[in-house]
Amino acid sequence: MTTTEQAAHAEHGHEHAHAHEDLGFLQTYVFSVDHKVIGIQYAVTGLLFLLFGFGLMMVMRWQLAYPFQPIPIIGGLLGDTRAPGGIMLPEFYNQLGAMHGTIMVFLGVVPLAVGGFGNFVLPLQIGAPDMAFPKLNMASYWSFFLGGVVMLASFVVPGGAANSGWTSYAPLSVIATTGQTMWLVGMIFLITSSLLGSVNFIVTTVQLRAPGLSFFRLPFFVWAQLVTSFLLLLAFPPLEAAGVLQLMDRVAGTSFFMPSGLVVGDAALEISGGGSPLLWQHLFWFLAHPEVYVLILPAMGIVGEILANNTRKPIWGYRVLVASVIFLGFMSFVVWAHHMFMTGMGTTMSSFFQTTTMIISIPSVVILSAFLLSLYGGSIRYTVPMLFALAFLPMFAIGGLTGLPLGLAAPDIHLHDTYYVIGHFHYVVAPGTVLALLGGIYYWFPKATGRKMNDLLGRIHFWGSFVTINIVFFPMLIQGLSGMNRRMADGGLEYTMNQDVLVWNTVISWGAWGLALFQLPFIFNFFWSIKKGEEVGANPWNATTLEWSAPSPPPHGNFTTPPSVHRGPYEYNVPGVEADFVMQAEADGSQAEPAKA
Amino acid sequence: MEIPYVVDERADTGLTNVKLGIWLFLASEVMLFGGLFSTYILLRINAIEWPFGADILSVPIGAFNTVVLILSSVTMVLCYAALKLDDFSGYKRYMGMTVGLAVLFLVVKSYEYYDKFSHGDVPAVSTYLAIYFTLTGLHALHIVGGVIVNGYFLGPGSKLWHANRQQFINRIEAAGLYWHFVDLVWIFLFPVLYLL
Repeated sequence: MTTTEQAAHAEHGHEHAHAHEDLGFLQTYVFSVDHKVIGIQYAVTGLLFLLFGFGLMMVMRWQLAYPFQPIPIIGGLLGDTRAPGGIMLPEFYNQLGAMHGTIMVFLGVVPLAVGGFGNFVLPLQIGAPDMAFPKLNMASYWSFFLGGVVMLASFVVPGGAANSGWTSYAPLSVIATTGQTMWLVGMIFLITSSLLGSVNFIVTTVQLRAPGLSFFRLPFFVWAQLVTSFLLLLAFPPLEAAGVLQLMDRVAGTSFFMPSGLVVGDAALEISGGGSPLLWQHLFWFLAHPEVYVLILPAMGIVGEILANNTRKPIWGYRVLVASVIFLGFMSFVVWAHHMFMTGMGTTMSSFFQTTTMIISIPSVVILSAFLLSLYGGSIRYTVPMLFALAFLPMFAIGGLTGLPLGLAAPDIHLHDTYYVIGHFHYVVAPGTVLALLGGIYYWFPKATGRKMNDLLGRIHFWGSFVTINIVFFPMLIQGLSGMNRRMADGGLEYTMNQDVLVWNTVISWGAWGLALFQLPFIFNFFWSIKKGEEVGANPWNATTLEWSAPSPPPHGNFTTPPSVHRGPYEYNVPGVEADFVMQAEADGSQAEPAKA
Repeated sequence: MEIPYVVDERADTGLTNVKLGIWLFLASEVMLFGGLFSTYILLRINAIEWPFGADILSVPIGAFNTVVLILSSVTMVLCYAALKLDDFSGYKRYMGMTVGLAVLFLVVKSYEYYDKFSHGDVPAVSTYLAIYFTLTGLHALHIVGGVIVNGYFLGPGSKLWHANRQQFINRIEAAGLYWHFVDLVWIFLFPVLYLL
């Protein structure tokens, strides 16, 4: 080692120690106000909840494939109130069902997609030093964390966790065990978290854009997150209102959702009555439909980024995409009652909501078509993130198209509450959103750590997951079409109409366990690559957007010099320019230097 | 590391971060109370019978509290105006009055609650009482939040005035917007629950 190198090393070490002295371990890694650390906290917590929620489902799949046979391995650990002798009680099955939905949606996918990717990527992509309100950002994460703790704790209270479905329909949920109260308290924490987060995202996007970064130069991902934030901001409060009302029904004995003359267990309930169970459904779905777009829009944003980068050309129809996302956001507020065709709310209401539902499918199709057209004529690089992004397209298409019969009131009579609904919804969120999010992790991992994830393990993860996830969800569509109900703790053994499709229960279950196996390379790869992955520079993918102008990983404050923006987000293969990409932060005349292969 | 546009407005949006943030927060609050008022309307039009508010609640007490809150809004404006005129002692005076009036509102409200509870009029009795307690209770929680925030700006938070005047004025403006919103909610609540 030469003297200069030694000096440089000593100086570097000194700086390193200095940074730690300034903040200390707790403030750097636990109670951090840095958007990147908070983003990673969100992402890791979200991934852990996804794993836990998937675990719940793997136990449920045993019960469906081998009804009332002792659960292997963990059966003895569950206790007599859940599974005496390792055989699952139907009551416990109901808890698992309700909590699988709640955990996957509110504690898994949204925190990963919005809290994780939004926090980490969005400020970098707009050239901001941090979020507009860093302390609020930390409060948002810890509120989410508390909500998660409350939800998990509900498994050990008497009567177990919430067991009225993730939708918590009244009056069932009002007369349910203590777990439901915990569910409501947990939801209030989660809603507070998403409120703080969404205000922060919108203010950051509007206020902290780098000089020259006009709205129509924003990367598509930022647009998707912006619209998502508006949905969270405006759709969650009515569910908070509904949560407070249901809490009053349960704790103070009011009757907001309890009709008169309700008889439970052969005895009339001692309540004032006069409430409306339908009101809960309206308030719930007023959130929960926009929530579906909260689940899908960030995924679309991620796919847009990866497609442009790996086709080496601009995504097709940028302005059309932006307009579609905004229109989708507006329309998502007026389609909620298509979840309620079977409640007897009347044909006039049904006609209105099936019309708006058909209208909202248009921007979704526009977005998907634009992505497909982006592939045309591109010189495609089949990197691991690109595989996930490409898989998103047909998976989301299946999810979307299977939704059409559900959105029309007449075919919904047959399909309502069957496995078809489960298949449709999961095609959108599991093979759709979750695959896109995994692709996003492979794509931005080098930015977060300075190292790439292993390519071979990534490919094994992708192909294994892609095949098994389809084995899980496609047969559900077949089961549902034959009329199999989605809520049976024994998988619907005793119904004649189910006899031909019961065999799929075993296939699906083995598919799910196989899917779990194929996550092992990913989990290993994730931790191994943090230490041992191939080291890369600031821009390993030869991408154009601003986050790749910052060092990998970016320091506190993100950019070494405040960036300014001179062009649109996707200038790949611009005629007359030698390099096949021009970064947004490059002034005219200067040339991009491709990263060394 | 400095976050830009905390003190000064961004030229192309004409906003500081805190002003945009508080308006967005209020938008979500509108949706929260909108959901609750919709609940009120839906339950009322479906009800077989609905009591006349003035038969159950005391209109003079409600009207008194309405005046108290409107006055506190006026003093909130005056304390903001005092800051703009560089009159810090005037700010302290008017902010103190705002907090005092808010506490008076809560005292009167507690008396109303106590009176109802001691006569056995709890939320479980009827849907009318249920919605009365839920709406006014949630509103009272917002008042409590306002008292905490305004109390902070009256006490330890006012040190910022000596360090960065414009930033302090921005904060008081945001607190004021929130406070006016809470008043506005009461101005809807009072006729809906007491007079209709």
